[in-house]
Amino acid sequence: MTLNIDIKEEQKKSQEQMAKQGLRVLVCAGTGCVANGSLNVIKKFEELGANVSTLTAHDKMTIVPTGCHGFCEQGVLVIIPDMHVTYVKVKETDVEEIYESHIKEGKPVERLLYTDPNTQQHVFKNEEINFYAKQTRTALANCGKINAECIEEAIAVRGYEALANAIKENNPDAVIDTIEKSGLRGRGGGGFPTGRKWRFTAANKGGKSYVVCNGDEGDPGAFMDRSIMEGDPHKLIEGMAIAAFAIGADEGYIYVRAEYPLAIKRLRKAIADAEAKNFLGKNIMGSDFSFDLHIKEGAGAFVCGEETALIASIEGERGMPRPKPPFPANKGLFGRPTLINNVETLANVPVIMLNGADWFAKMGTEASKGTKTFALTGDVNNTGLIEVPMGTTLREIVFDIGGGMRDGKKFKAVQIGGPSGGCLTEEHLDIPMDYDNLIKAGAMVGSGGLVVMSDKTCIVEVARFFMNFTQNESCGKCIPCREGTKNMLAILQKIVDGKGEMEDIETLETLAKNVKEGSLCGLGKTAPNPVLSTLKYFKDEYIAHIKDKNCPAGVCTSMTTYVIDEEKCKGCSKCARNCPVGAISGEIKHPYTIDQDKCIKCGVCVSNCPFKAIERK
Amino acid sequence: MGKMIINGKECEFTNERNVLEVIRKNGFNVPTFCYRPDLTKDFGACRMCVVEIDGRMIQASCTTPPAEGMVIKTNTEKVRSIRKTILELLLANHDRECTTCDKSGNCELQKYSEEYGIKDADVKKFSQKKELLPIDDSAYTLVRDNNKCILCGACVRACDEHQGLGVLAFTNRGSRTVVQPMVGKDLAHSECIGCGQCAAVCPTGALTVKSYTEQVWEELMNPEKKVVVQFAPAVRVALGEMFGLEAGENMTEKLNAALRALGFDLVFDTNFSADLTIMEEGYEFIDRLNNGGKLPLFTSCCPGWVKFLELKHPDMVDHLSSCRSPQAMMGSIIREYIPQYYPEVTKENLVSVSIMPCTGKKAEAKRDEFKMANGGYEIDYVLTTQEIARMIKAAGIDLKNIKGEKADSPFGKYTGAATIFGVSGGVAEAAARTAYEVVTGEELKDVVINDMRGTHRVKTVELDLKGTKVKVKIVNTIAEAEKCIREIKEGKADYQLLEVMACPGGCINGGGQPISCNDSTIKEKRAQGLYQDDAQGEYRKSHKNPDVQELYKKHLEKPNSHKAHELLHTTYTNRRKDCYISAGE
Repeated sequence: MTLNIDIKEEQKKSQEQMAKQGLRVLVCAGTGCVANGSLNVIKKFEELGANVSTLTAHDKMTIVPTGCHGFCEQGVLVIIPDMHVTYVKVKETDVEEIYESHIKEGKPVERLLYTDPNTQQHVFKNEEINFYAKQTRTALANCGKINAECIEEAIAVRGYEALANAIKENNPDAVIDTIEKSGLRGRGGGGFPTGRKWRFTAANKGGKSYVVCNGDEGDPGAFMDRSIMEGDPHKLIEGMAIAAFAIGADEGYIYVRAEYPLAIKRLRKAIADAEAKNFLGKNIMGSDFSFDLHIKEGAGAFVCGEETALIASIEGERGMPRPKPPFPANKGLFGRPTLINNVETLANVPVIMLNGADWFAKMGTEASKGTKTFALTGDVNNTGLIEVPMGTTLREIVFDIGGGMRDGKKFKAVQIGGPSGGCLTEEHLDIPMDYDNLIKAGAMVGSGGLVVMSDKTCIVEVARFFMNFTQNESCGKCIPCREGTKNMLAILQKIVDGKGEMEDIETLETLAKNVKEGSLCGLGKTAPNPVLSTLKYFKDEYIAHIKDKNCPAGVCTSMTTYVIDEEKCKGCSKCARNCPVGAISGEIKHPYTIDQDKCIKCGVCVSNCPFKAIERK
Repeated sequence: MGKMIINGKECEFTNERNVLEVIRKNGFNVPTFCYRPDLTKDFGACRMCVVEIDGRMIQASCTTPPAEGMVIKTNTEKVRSIRKTILELLLANHDRECTTCDKSGNCELQKYSEEYGIKDADVKKFSQKKELLPIDDSAYTLVRDNNKCILCGACVRACDEHQGLGVLAFTNRGSRTVVQPMVGKDLAHSECIGCGQCAAVCPTGALTVKSYTEQVWEELMNPEKKVVVQFAPAVRVALGEMFGLEAGENMTEKLNAALRALGFDLVFDTNFSADLTIMEEGYEFIDRLNNGGKLPLFTSCCPGWVKFLELKHPDMVDHLSSCRSPQAMMGSIIREYIPQYYPEVTKENLVSVSIMPCTGKKAEAKRDEFKMANGGYEIDYVLTTQEIARMIKAAGIDLKNIKGEKADSPFGKYTGAATIFGVSGGVAEAAARTAYEVVTGEELKDVVINDMRGTHRVKTVELDLKGTKVKVKIVNTIAEAEKCIREIKEGKADYQLLEVMACPGGCINGGGQPISCNDSTIKEKRAQGLYQDDAQGEYRKSHKNPDVQELYKKHLEKPNSHKAHELLHTTYTNRRKDCYISAGE
């Protein structure tokens, strides 16, 4: 098909425009950094002289509010690519110093540089920070590098080029072939081959069909989809348009959770901008391909991330999963063939189309191609959003990208895949992480949550925490999930409360297996994973809680006692004065004692004791 | 068409909608709570019907389409374990006071718990239900007890699919989910029309028919009271099921005898007043047709339908026939004339009871229009088929072997036209038989109108009354009735008579009938029972009923006379104010 625009020409124009921006100062305006005050940082920079040619080396400076860089813990991040510098933890009050000292005088502000936790050295360059060094960014490639609210900047980095090519070539089957050949698999957790899904849906071409983007990212601690929607919304929109072109759809929905207001705002703007440029809407780029895109805000139910529940929710029904079959590819939204893909999956599409299936397939393992984003948190030095090739080992993630264990703690386990995933231990540190290996090990890629735990983490409490989440989020439709998660939680609670009995372990195990196999949807089928995997690898810890009434990690308050060491106590009375429940008593200059019946185990006494005389047991 | 292996046996399947139906057709069974063959939206929630399918692990058979070569095992260690866990979990969260539960003996949860040998200790492994939720007995028709609810959603789907009302819905999420009317209102203040289809599909005691048996026992035991009873057409072909007889078996005479044995003083048949309805409604219809009255005329026998109109389309009530329902006609005839025929019965000692297939009739009897000057209602108590069966059992009456008896006169005779009132299309067919003879003055030889028969939801029939063309539309379920209302409002309706019954298939499948939700052939058998009763009847046209003729001759003069209007007709009113939907109006 002939198009009425030349995308390469548009690209050139946008790049030229960007070149005129002078010194680009990238300030992260992702949710995390905004919470840390990045909007004020931006304002301060602009006050100081953005767009004013008071500089020597550059005729002007442009402040670019970008999407998330992933290193949220170190926010607010300020990156000046032309000066090869990344500043971390920047406050409004630091801006003047950066401006005056570095931008004007060329003297870097060392105190705002990232400090390597292992070497204690300052690191200048972004790519030299260990957190970034081992990453391969494809889906996140533009996040943090362009102004997320500016379609021209997206075009400058080859945005909509793949869509233009696809429409021009007018061979939807070839698009599906490319995606199939690339080996891309669903990034939402299931890992279903994307190309095959497209082909199934395309087989029902003819009438009305839909493309739906699942942006209902609900796993606690996961924010990869949010980052893409906030940081590079055009990539997602382009991916959806390519998908719609391939399967013959003319309408689409992005289902975003309402807890992502910034993502919604940026997506709305991006859609409006794309429509204005005729990259969306009727007769895109002058072709006969039309694609209307809507945003549907979720209402806070985790289960709506399950595709059939998500469809029900868009239709205005209660967000409850429906049995499959029929699969959405045959009978989805409003009873029509529907392609549902996750944000990250769709964001990979334009990149694959531009660089070719082979380029993508070179990354990753035999059956899991490309890269995967993970939200790395827990007891590691560097936490944040990362993107690594499939097949990267846990060791690389924890000890290289993550910069090792925090405060010299000992590595114990990793909970991967959020509440639906499982626990992996030291023995799994060197297995290449991909869909199949993780399933084999009893966990799953899931949405990519990665919580690193140390020996100070109670594994039973971790299982209880995740079970509390899933049971709260169970929709209540099927009995195994509704009643089963409730009772698994009750048993776990009983164990951490120190009231567990040995029979509880067996009951828990049977329950977990039957909920896993008997539940209707993915939520219930995976909810027992944290229980099953922790029981598999850490049964001793469960038994210690039950038999010895002892929490080996010293976390469960029901099993901890605070004791004052008579030898060390000087009788200063500071602990007694600070105890909120008056559980500590004694005589000045004599050892004090704690009344265990009154003690609420808050730990205030420990932090107040100048002689480290109070021990937690 | 295809073959699969179920438990090692080669089984054929044709057009079954899922593996569960194939399993059941081939002599095996798996337990279900949420699956109901007459509800189309397969829910897949209870997970009791899980089976092992080679290569596909464990699947719910109710949502798995049959496929060639499937190898299915319905009773493995794994699926047994899942089912047992489900039962244990349900019981742990259940008000386990089975013995005093209305559903005891009929409860599927109770049945499967017994079959799977669930012990108290198995249940006590889990956290027990703590607080009991309040019971909603605000309505005359049904009682909701959320403490017995297992959230299978059958009631929600029945209300939505059959009636299009959605009175009951899921509220809250997860383990806090409850099924209740909108914004937590009670049934009495909801849009509930009382059809009882929700209770008919409820596997447990969460939704039950409101029982008035104790009050009736008390009246029966009171020597100073004369208790007069009537029973509806559909009751006779369903009652036997609760005594181990086939659905459709006609129990008219045995029921007459059993009711006398229970202590009812006089036994009449609502079929008599069904004939009376045809006289009144038939003449009303002819009058509207000839004199430019409001058309299409709506039948008014079904209380659910009447209430639906009064609640949702009060602007349409002038379409309704002003005729009372057969129950209410019989009620006023009993009050007015029985003391004249039976001097021992007085206004003061007369207690009027009716036995209906219908839960909505309980509310109908309490309409203000049927309130007497002394504050009582023309009909004191309405019992359902389920309730009377229980009373017969409690009295130790051997219904199967009791010798049949005739109803009392003068209002005990009925025609075949009356008895088919119990099935969708029956009212229209009965009306057609009389209308033909009245309009044409000729005898109708072939009385059966096959196009009006059958339990399917929509039927349209054109009648030719010797040149006068009359188009009749017959629907059952309110979902279909609502479509007709829309047609009429849009001016697209080309019919002059609309027969509506709220229950799928008509009264034979009413909310008060014996529970039959796992077998969709039962309502067909009951319908056949009524058609057979019609075929065997001495009279098959309402105007030929000698008791009806005598009533007019002696008391009412002629159909639609002043006296007839006073006793047999009623008025309708906007009832939105009774219900939360009026909020904001």
